Amino acid sequence: MEKQHSYSQVKGVSTGTTILAVKFNGGVIIGSDSRASMGESYVSSKTINKLIQVHDRIFCCIAGSLADAQAVTKMAKFQLSFHSIQMESPPLVKAAASIMRELCYSNKEELQAGFITAGWDRKKGPQIYVVSLGGMLLSQPFTIGGSGSTYIYGYVDAKFKPDMSLEEAKQFSINALALAMGRDNVSGGVVHLVVITEPGVKHIVVPGDKLPKFHDE
Amino acid sequence: MATALQFPANVSTLNNYNDLYPDWTQREVSTGTTIMAVEFDGGVVIGADSRTTTGAYIANRVTDKLTPIHDRIFCCRSGSAADTQAIADAVTYQLGFHSIELDEAPLIQTAASLFRDMCYRYREELMAGIIVAGWDKRRGGQVYTVPVGGMMTRQPVSVGGSGSSYIYGYVDSNYKTGMTKEECLKFTAEALTLAMERDGSSGGVVRLAVISEQGVERQVILGNQLPKFSTV
Repeated sequence: MEKQHSYSQVKGVSTGTTILAVKFNGGVIIGSDSRASMGESYVSSKTINKLIQVHDRIFCCIAGSLADAQAVTKMAKFQLSFHSIQMESPPLVKAAASIMRELCYSNKEELQAGFITAGWDRKKGPQIYVVSLGGMLLSQPFTIGGSGSTYIYGYVDAKFKPDMSLEEAKQFSINALALAMGRDNVSGGVVHLVVITEPGVKHIVVPGDKLPKFHDE
Repeated sequence: MATALQFPANVSTLNNYNDLYPDWTQREVSTGTTIMAVEFDGGVVIGADSRTTTGAYIANRVTDKLTPIHDRIFCCRSGSAADTQAIADAVTYQLGFHSIELDEAPLIQTAASLFRDMCYRYREELMAGIIVAGWDKRRGGQVYTVPVGGMMTRQPVSVGGSGSSYIYGYVDSNYKTGMTKEECLKFTAEALTLAMERDGSSGGVVRLAVISEQGVERQVILGNQLPKFSTV
Protein backbone atom coordinates (compact mmCIF):
# COMPACT_ATOMS: atom_id res chain seq x y z
CA MET A 1 0.00 0.00 0.00
CA GLU A 2 1.45 3.39 -0.86
CA LYS A 3 2.30 5.29 2.30
CA GLN A 4 0.63 8.61 2.62
CA HIS A 5 3.26 11.19 3.42
CA SER A 6 2.02 12.74 6.63
CA TYR A 7 3.73 15.25 8.86
CA SER A 8 4.12 12.58 11.52
CA GLN A 9 6.96 10.90 9.65
CA VAL A 10 9.26 13.74 10.71
CA LYS A 11 11.70 14.08 13.58
CA GLY A 12 10.66 12.96 17.02
CA VAL A 13 7.35 13.87 18.56
CA SER A 14 4.92 15.16 16.02
CA THR A 15 1.37 16.35 16.11
CA GLY A 16 -0.05 14.16 13.35
CA THR A 17 -3.24 15.98 13.84
CA THR A 18 -6.46 17.59 12.75
CA ILE A 19 -6.90 21.33 13.19
CA LEU A 20 -9.49 23.72 11.95
CA ALA A 21 -10.72 27.27 12.23
CA VAL A 22 -14.05 28.68 11.12
CA LYS A 23 -15.46 32.19 11.06
CA PHE A 24 -19.00 32.72 12.29
CA ASN A 25 -21.24 35.69 12.87
CA GLY A 26 -19.33 37.67 15.49
CA GLY A 27 -16.17 35.65 15.98
CA VAL A 28 -14.02 32.66 15.12
CA ILE A 29 -13.79 29.15 16.46
CA ILE A 30 -10.45 27.45 16.39
CA GLY A 31 -10.29 23.74 17.19
CA SER A 32 -8.09 20.66 17.28
CA ASP A 33 -7.80 17.08 18.47
CA SER A 34 -5.48 16.23 21.36
CA ARG A 35 -3.16 13.46 20.23
CA ALA A 36 0.64 13.68 19.92
CA SER A 37 2.32 10.70 18.29
CA MET A 38 5.84 9.43 17.72
CA GLY A 39 5.94 7.72 14.38
CA GLU A 40 2.59 6.16 13.62
CA SER A 41 2.32 3.64 16.40
CA TYR A 42 3.00 5.35 19.71
CA VAL A 43 0.80 8.00 21.23
CA SER A 44 3.07 10.15 23.35
CA SER A 45 0.27 12.30 24.71
CA LYS A 46 -3.50 11.80 24.72
CA THR A 47 -4.37 15.22 26.03
CA ILE A 48 -2.07 17.76 24.51
CA ASN A 49 -3.43 21.24 23.87
CA LYS A 50 -2.52 22.41 20.41
CA LEU A 51 -4.29 25.75 20.72
CA ILE A 52 -1.66 28.26 21.79
CA GLN A 53 -2.65 31.72 22.90
CA VAL A 54 -0.26 34.27 21.38
CA HIS A 55 -2.22 37.28 22.57
CA ASP A 56 -5.48 38.17 24.30
CA ARG A 57 -7.69 37.55 21.29
CA ILE A 58 -5.31 35.72 18.97
CA PHE A 59 -4.73 31.96 19.00
CA CYS A 60 -2.59 29.67 16.91
CA CYS A 61 -2.97 26.01 16.28
CA ILE A 62 -0.09 23.88 15.15
CA ALA A 63 0.41 20.96 12.85
CA GLY A 64 3.66 19.18 12.22
CA SER A 65 6.68 18.77 14.44
CA LEU A 66 5.75 19.72 17.99
CA ALA A 67 9.24 20.96 18.80
CA ASP A 68 9.34 23.29 15.82
CA ALA A 69 5.84 24.55 16.51
CA GLN A 70 6.58 25.32 20.15
CA ALA A 71 9.76 27.16 19.22
CA VAL A 72 8.03 29.25 16.58
CA THR A 73 5.03 30.13 18.73
CA LYS A 74 7.25 31.08 21.66
CA MET A 75 9.19 33.44 19.41
CA ALA A 76 6.02 34.81 17.87
CA LYS A 77 4.45 35.44 21.28
CA PHE A 78 7.47 37.46 22.33
CA GLN A 79 7.64 39.50 19.14
CA LEU A 80 3.90 40.12 19.20
CA SER A 81 3.84 41.39 22.77
CA PHE A 82 6.77 43.68 22.00
CA HIS A 83 4.98 44.98 18.90
CA SER A 84 1.81 45.51 20.87
CA ILE A 85 3.65 47.57 23.52
CA GLN A 86 5.30 49.70 20.84
CA MET A 87 1.99 50.31 19.05
CA GLU A 88 0.18 50.88 22.36
CA SER A 89 -2.79 48.89 21.15
CA PRO A 90 -3.80 45.26 20.78
CA PRO A 91 -2.12 43.69 17.74
CA LEU A 92 -3.91 42.87 14.54
CA VAL A 93 -4.51 39.21 13.73
CA LYS A 94 -2.73 39.82 10.45
CA ALA A 95 0.33 41.04 12.35
CA ALA A 96 0.44 37.81 14.33
CA ALA A 97 0.09 35.78 11.15
CA SER A 98 2.81 37.81 9.44
CA ILE A 99 5.22 37.14 12.26
CA MET A 100 4.57 33.40 11.95
CA ARG A 101 5.02 33.63 8.21
CA GLU A 102 8.35 35.45 8.51
CA LEU A 103 9.64 32.80 10.88
CA CYS A 104 8.41 29.92 8.71
CA TYR A 105 9.66 31.37 5.44
CA SER A 106 13.12 32.39 6.67
CA ASN A 107 13.68 29.00 8.27
CA LYS A 108 11.89 26.86 5.77
CA GLU A 109 14.79 24.41 5.38
CA GLU A 110 14.85 23.51 9.05
CA LEU A 111 11.23 23.78 10.08
CA GLN A 112 8.42 21.30 9.56
CA ALA A 113 5.38 23.01 10.97
CA GLY A 114 2.27 24.69 9.63
CA PHE A 115 -0.05 27.04 11.53
CA ILE A 116 -3.55 28.37 11.58
CA THR A 117 -3.78 31.80 13.21
CA ALA A 118 -7.23 33.00 14.15
CA GLY A 119 -8.56 35.80 16.27
CA TRP A 120 -10.47 38.99 16.58
CA ASP A 121 -9.25 42.58 16.27
CA ARG A 122 -10.92 45.96 16.19
CA LYS A 123 -9.95 46.77 12.60
CA LYS A 124 -11.29 43.77 10.67
CA GLY A 125 -13.19 41.73 13.24
CA PRO A 126 -12.88 37.94 13.14
CA GLN A 127 -10.17 36.62 10.81
CA ILE A 128 -8.42 33.38 9.95
CA TYR A 129 -4.96 33.11 8.39
CA VAL A 130 -3.18 29.98 7.37
CA VAL A 131 0.63 29.81 7.23
CA SER A 132 1.65 26.69 5.37
CA LEU A 133 4.86 24.69 5.57
CA GLY A 134 6.96 26.78 3.18
CA GLY A 135 5.77 30.10 4.49
CA MET A 136 2.72 31.01 2.40
CA LEU A 137 0.16 33.27 4.08
CA LEU A 138 -3.47 33.09 3.09
CA SER A 139 -6.70 34.46 4.54
CA GLN A 140 -9.77 32.22 4.39
CA PRO A 141 -13.29 32.08 5.84
CA PHE A 142 -12.55 28.62 7.17
CA THR A 143 -9.60 26.30 6.98
CA ILE A 144 -8.56 22.80 7.96
CA GLY A 145 -5.09 21.37 8.42
CA GLY A 146 -3.02 18.47 9.66
CA SER A 147 -2.93 14.88 8.54
CA GLY A 148 -6.55 14.22 9.47
CA SER A 149 -7.83 17.08 7.38
CA THR A 150 -7.67 15.10 4.09
CA TYR A 151 -10.62 13.01 5.25
CA ILE A 152 -12.91 15.93 5.90
CA TYR A 153 -12.39 18.14 2.84
CA GLY A 154 -15.62 16.80 1.33
CA TYR A 155 -17.54 17.27 4.57
CA VAL A 156 -16.45 20.88 5.17
CA ASP A 157 -16.93 21.84 1.52
CA ALA A 158 -20.49 20.56 1.69
CA LYS A 159 -21.42 21.83 5.13
CA PHE A 160 -19.79 25.25 5.47
CA LYS A 161 -22.02 28.29 5.10
CA PRO A 162 -20.81 31.86 5.54
CA ASP A 163 -22.29 33.79 8.52
CA MET A 164 -23.26 30.82 10.70
CA SER A 165 -24.43 31.34 14.27
CA LEU A 166 -22.20 30.33 17.19
CA GLU A 167 -24.13 27.12 17.80
CA GLU A 168 -24.02 26.08 14.14
CA ALA A 169 -20.31 26.82 13.93
CA LYS A 170 -19.65 24.84 17.11
CA GLN A 171 -21.58 21.85 15.78
CA PHE A 172 -19.79 22.12 12.42
CA SER A 173 -16.38 22.10 14.14
CA ILE A 174 -17.17 19.25 16.51
CA ASN A 175 -18.59 17.09 13.72
CA ALA A 176 -15.67 17.78 11.40
CA LEU A 177 -13.08 16.97 14.06
CA ALA A 178 -14.95 13.84 15.17
CA LEU A 179 -15.12 12.57 11.58
CA ALA A 180 -11.41 13.20 11.02
CA MET A 181 -10.47 11.56 14.31
CA GLY A 182 -12.56 8.55 13.28
CA ARG A 183 -10.54 7.97 10.13
CA ASP A 184 -7.04 9.25 10.94
CA ASN A 185 -5.07 7.06 13.31
CA VAL A 186 -2.73 9.86 14.37
CA SER A 187 -5.60 12.13 15.43
CA GLY A 188 -7.69 11.39 18.47
CA GLY A 189 -8.39 12.04 22.12
CA VAL A 190 -10.64 14.94 22.99
CA VAL A 191 -11.78 17.93 20.98
CA HIS A 192 -10.43 21.30 22.09
CA LEU A 193 -12.32 24.36 20.90
CA VAL A 194 -11.63 28.02 21.57
CA VAL A 195 -14.32 30.57 20.75
CA ILE A 196 -12.88 34.06 20.20
CA THR A 197 -15.22 37.06 20.12
CA GLU A 198 -15.03 40.73 21.01
CA PRO A 199 -16.08 40.23 24.64
CA GLY A 200 -13.56 37.45 25.23
CA VAL A 201 -12.29 33.95 24.82
CA LYS A 202 -13.94 30.67 25.85
CA HIS A 203 -12.22 27.26 25.93
CA ILE A 204 -14.49 24.26 25.41
CA VAL A 205 -13.42 20.63 25.76
CA VAL A 206 -15.54 17.81 24.34
CA PRO A 207 -14.39 14.47 25.77
CA GLY A 208 -14.27 11.37 23.59
CA ASP A 209 -17.47 9.80 24.86
CA LYS A 210 -19.50 12.96 24.18
CA LEU A 211 -18.42 13.18 20.56
CA PRO A 212 -21.05 12.53 17.89
CA LYS A 213 -21.22 8.94 16.65
CA PHE A 214 -21.72 8.02 13.02
CA HIS A 215 -23.44 5.21 11.26
CA ASP A 216 -20.86 2.49 11.69
CA GLU A 217 -19.99 3.15 15.34
CA MET B 1 21.77 19.65 -15.28
CA ALA B 2 18.51 19.91 -13.38
CA THR B 3 20.20 21.49 -10.37
CA ALA B 4 17.82 24.39 -10.31
CA LEU B 5 15.94 25.17 -7.08
CA GLN B 6 15.71 22.03 -4.97
CA PHE B 7 12.48 22.22 -3.02
CA PRO B 8 11.90 19.77 -0.20
CA ALA B 9 9.23 17.32 -1.21
CA ASN B 10 6.66 18.71 1.19
CA VAL B 11 6.68 22.30 -0.07
CA SER B 12 4.07 22.95 -2.72
CA THR B 13 5.42 24.45 -5.92
CA LEU B 14 3.57 26.16 -8.69
CA ASN B 15 5.29 24.42 -11.59
CA ASN B 16 7.51 21.40 -11.68
CA TYR B 17 9.37 21.52 -14.99
CA ASN B 18 11.47 18.56 -15.98
CA ASP B 19 13.62 20.23 -18.57
CA LEU B 20 14.52 17.13 -20.53
CA TYR B 21 11.27 15.24 -21.10
CA PRO B 22 7.61 16.05 -20.66
CA ASP B 23 5.98 14.45 -17.66
CA TRP B 24 3.60 12.18 -19.53
CA THR B 25 6.34 10.22 -21.29
CA GLN B 26 7.64 8.94 -17.98
CA ARG B 27 4.47 8.13 -16.12
CA GLU B 28 2.19 5.15 -16.21
CA VAL B 29 -1.42 5.61 -17.20
CA SER B 30 -3.45 5.67 -14.02
CA THR B 31 -7.09 5.88 -13.17
CA GLY B 32 -6.18 8.04 -10.14
CA THR B 33 -9.80 8.39 -9.38
CA THR B 34 -12.83 8.45 -7.15
CA ILE B 35 -15.15 5.45 -7.13
CA MET B 36 -18.07 4.68 -4.88
CA ALA B 37 -20.76 2.07 -4.36
CA VAL B 38 -23.79 2.05 -2.04
CA GLU B 39 -26.20 -0.78 -1.21
CA PHE B 40 -29.93 -0.11 -0.96
CA ASP B 41 -32.88 -2.41 -0.46
CA GLY B 42 -33.28 -3.96 -3.89
CA GLY B 43 -29.93 -3.18 -5.49
CA VAL B 44 -26.83 -1.05 -5.57
CA VAL B 45 -25.84 2.35 -6.90
CA ILE B 46 -22.30 2.67 -8.24
CA GLY B 47 -20.50 5.76 -9.43
CA ALA B 48 -17.17 7.02 -10.67
CA ASP B 49 -15.50 10.11 -12.10
CA SER B 50 -14.16 10.02 -15.65
CA ARG B 51 -10.52 11.13 -15.60
CA THR B 52 -7.54 8.97 -16.63
CA THR B 53 -4.15 10.61 -16.22
CA THR B 54 -0.64 9.99 -17.45
CA GLY B 55 1.30 12.15 -15.02
CA ALA B 56 -0.11 15.64 -15.50
CA TYR B 57 -1.75 14.91 -18.87
CA ILE B 58 -5.37 13.78 -18.87
CA ALA B 59 -5.27 10.89 -21.28
CA ASN B 60 -9.02 10.37 -21.28
CA ARG B 61 -11.48 12.86 -19.80
CA VAL B 62 -14.57 10.75 -20.43
CA THR B 63 -13.38 7.36 -19.17
CA ASP B 64 -15.89 4.72 -18.22
CA LYS B 65 -14.59 3.16 -15.02
CA LEU B 66 -17.75 1.17 -14.39
CA THR B 67 -17.03 -2.11 -16.12
CA PRO B 68 -19.61 -4.87 -16.55
CA ILE B 69 -18.43 -8.29 -15.41
CA HIS B 70 -21.73 -10.06 -15.85
CA ASP B 71 -25.39 -9.15 -16.43
CA ARG B 72 -25.94 -7.76 -12.95
CA ILE B 73 -22.36 -7.48 -11.69
CA PHE B 74 -20.15 -4.42 -12.23
CA CYS B 75 -16.77 -3.43 -10.99
CA CYS B 76 -15.42 0.07 -10.34
CA ARG B 77 -11.75 0.36 -11.22
CA SER B 78 -9.05 2.50 -9.59
CA GLY B 79 -5.26 2.39 -9.77
CA SER B 80 -3.30 1.45 -12.82
CA ALA B 81 -5.54 1.47 -15.90
CA ALA B 82 -3.64 -1.41 -17.52
CA ASP B 83 -3.73 -3.61 -14.44
CA THR B 84 -7.41 -3.09 -13.74
CA GLN B 85 -8.42 -3.68 -17.36
CA ALA B 86 -6.42 -6.89 -17.47
CA ILE B 87 -7.87 -8.15 -14.18
CA ALA B 88 -11.42 -7.26 -15.20
CA ASP B 89 -11.03 -9.09 -18.51
CA ALA B 90 -9.67 -12.18 -16.78
CA VAL B 91 -12.43 -12.21 -14.17
CA THR B 92 -15.12 -11.66 -16.82
CA TYR B 93 -13.89 -14.76 -18.61
CA GLN B 94 -13.68 -16.86 -15.46
CA LEU B 95 -17.08 -15.75 -14.22
CA GLY B 96 -18.73 -16.34 -17.60
CA PHE B 97 -17.36 -19.86 -17.67
CA HIS B 98 -18.48 -20.51 -14.09
CA SER B 99 -21.96 -19.20 -14.85
CA ILE B 100 -22.34 -21.57 -17.79
CA GLU B 101 -21.24 -24.51 -15.65
CA LEU B 102 -23.66 -23.50 -12.90
CA ASP B 103 -26.46 -22.82 -15.39
CA GLU B 104 -27.57 -19.79 -13.40
CA ALA B 105 -26.51 -16.21 -12.64
CA PRO B 106 -23.32 -16.07 -10.56
CA LEU B 107 -23.20 -14.59 -7.05
CA ILE B 108 -21.59 -11.21 -6.40
CA GLN B 109 -19.51 -12.86 -3.70
CA THR B 110 -18.10 -15.23 -6.32
CA ALA B 111 -17.09 -12.36 -8.57
CA ALA B 112 -15.50 -10.55 -5.62
CA SER B 113 -13.61 -13.69 -4.65
CA LEU B 114 -12.22 -14.05 -8.14
CA PHE B 115 -10.99 -10.44 -8.02
CA ARG B 116 -9.51 -11.03 -4.62
CA ASP B 117 -7.70 -14.20 -5.64
CA MET B 118 -6.05 -12.45 -8.54
CA CYS B 119 -5.23 -9.23 -6.66
CA TYR B 120 -3.74 -11.15 -3.73
CA ARG B 121 -1.74 -13.67 -5.76
CA TYR B 122 -0.12 -10.96 -7.88
CA ARG B 123 -0.08 -8.27 -5.23
CA GLU B 124 3.59 -7.38 -5.80
CA GLU B 125 3.06 -6.72 -9.50
CA LEU B 126 -0.35 -5.10 -9.44
CA MET B 127 -1.62 -1.68 -8.43
CA ALA B 128 -5.38 -2.09 -8.42
CA GLY B 129 -8.17 -1.03 -6.07
CA ILE B 130 -11.51 -2.47 -7.14
CA ILE B 131 -15.07 -2.24 -5.86
CA VAL B 132 -17.33 -5.09 -6.98
CA ALA B 133 -21.08 -4.48 -6.81
CA GLY B 134 -24.28 -5.93 -8.13
CA TRP B 135 -27.51 -7.72 -7.45
CA ASP B 136 -28.12 -11.44 -7.10
CA LYS B 137 -31.12 -13.48 -6.07
CA ARG B 138 -29.59 -14.91 -2.89
CA ARG B 139 -28.52 -11.75 -1.07
CA GLY B 140 -29.92 -8.82 -3.07
CA GLY B 141 -27.75 -5.75 -3.55
CA GLN B 142 -24.16 -6.17 -2.34
CA VAL B 143 -20.96 -4.15 -2.38
CA TYR B 144 -17.57 -5.81 -1.89
CA THR B 145 -14.34 -3.86 -1.77
CA VAL B 146 -10.99 -5.34 -2.90
CA PRO B 147 -8.39 -2.67 -2.15
CA VAL B 148 -4.66 -2.68 -3.05
CA GLY B 149 -3.05 -5.70 -1.40
CA GLY B 150 -5.88 -8.12 -2.01
CA MET B 151 -8.20 -7.99 0.99
CA MET B 152 -11.90 -8.51 0.36
CA THR B 153 -14.72 -7.31 2.56
CA ARG B 154 -18.40 -6.53 2.21
CA GLN B 155 -19.51 -3.02 3.19
CA PRO B 156 -22.84 -1.21 2.86
CA VAL B 157 -21.02 1.78 1.40
CA SER B 158 -17.53 1.86 -0.03
CA VAL B 159 -15.33 4.54 -1.59
CA GLY B 160 -12.03 4.08 -3.35
CA GLY B 161 -9.33 5.70 -5.39
CA SER B 162 -7.14 8.72 -4.72
CA GLY B 163 -10.08 11.07 -4.32
CA SER B 164 -11.75 8.93 -1.71
CA SER B 165 -9.58 10.27 1.14
CA TYR B 166 -11.31 13.64 0.87
CA ILE B 167 -14.82 12.27 1.25
CA TYR B 168 -14.50 9.81 4.12
CA GLY B 169 -15.83 12.46 6.49
CA TYR B 170 -18.73 13.33 4.18
CA VAL B 171 -19.70 9.70 3.61
CA ASP B 172 -19.42 8.80 7.32
CA SER B 173 -21.69 11.67 8.30
CA ASN B 174 -24.25 11.44 5.49
CA TYR B 175 -24.79 7.73 5.04
CA LYS B 176 -27.86 6.23 6.71
CA THR B 177 -29.21 2.71 6.44
CA GLY B 178 -32.49 2.30 4.62
CA MET B 179 -31.97 4.93 1.91
CA THR B 180 -34.06 4.72 -1.24
CA LYS B 181 -32.63 4.43 -4.74
CA GLU B 182 -33.06 8.17 -5.40
CA GLU B 183 -31.41 9.11 -2.11
CA CYS B 184 -28.49 6.84 -2.92
CA LEU B 185 -28.10 8.40 -6.36
CA LYS B 186 -28.07 11.90 -4.88
CA PHE B 187 -25.66 10.87 -2.09
CA THR B 188 -23.26 9.27 -4.59
CA ALA B 189 -23.36 12.20 -7.02
CA GLU B 190 -22.70 14.71 -4.25
CA ALA B 191 -19.86 12.72 -2.72
CA LEU B 192 -18.17 12.23 -6.08
CA THR B 193 -18.54 15.92 -6.90
CA LEU B 194 -16.88 16.94 -3.63
CA ALA B 195 -14.00 14.53 -4.26
CA MET B 196 -13.56 15.71 -7.84
CA GLU B 197 -13.28 19.31 -6.67
CA ARG B 198 -10.42 18.50 -4.30
CA ASP B 199 -8.52 15.69 -6.02
CA GLY B 200 -6.38 16.64 -9.01
CA SER B 201 -6.56 13.10 -10.39
CA SER B 202 -10.37 13.02 -10.43
CA GLY B 203 -12.65 15.06 -12.62
CA GLY B 204 -14.73 15.22 -15.76
CA VAL B 205 -18.25 13.84 -15.60
CA VAL B 206 -19.93 11.64 -13.02
CA ARG B 207 -21.00 8.24 -14.30
CA LEU B 208 -23.66 6.43 -12.29
CA ALA B 209 -25.33 3.06 -12.61
CA VAL B 210 -28.16 1.38 -10.72
CA ILE B 211 -28.11 -2.43 -10.62
CA SER B 212 -31.22 -4.24 -9.46
CA GLU B 213 -33.37 -7.23 -10.27
CA GLN B 214 -34.77 -5.33 -13.24
CA GLY B 215 -31.36 -4.83 -14.79
CA VAL B 216 -28.88 -1.98 -15.15
CA GLU B 217 -29.71 1.69 -15.69
CA ARG B 218 -26.81 4.01 -16.49
CA GLN B 219 -26.66 7.76 -16.38
CA VAL B 220 -24.13 10.52 -16.85
CA ILE B 221 -24.05 13.85 -15.04
CA LEU B 222 -22.16 16.40 -17.10
CA GLY B 223 -19.81 19.00 -15.60
CA ASN B 224 -22.26 21.88 -15.63
CA GLN B 225 -25.02 19.76 -14.11
CA LEU B 226 -23.04 18.63 -11.08
CA PRO B 227 -24.42 19.62 -7.66
CA LYS B 228 -23.06 22.90 -6.39
CA PHE B 229 -21.80 23.64 -2.89
CA SER B 230 -21.42 27.10 -1.47
CA THR B 231 -17.63 27.13 -1.15
CA VAL B 232 -16.88 25.04 -4.20
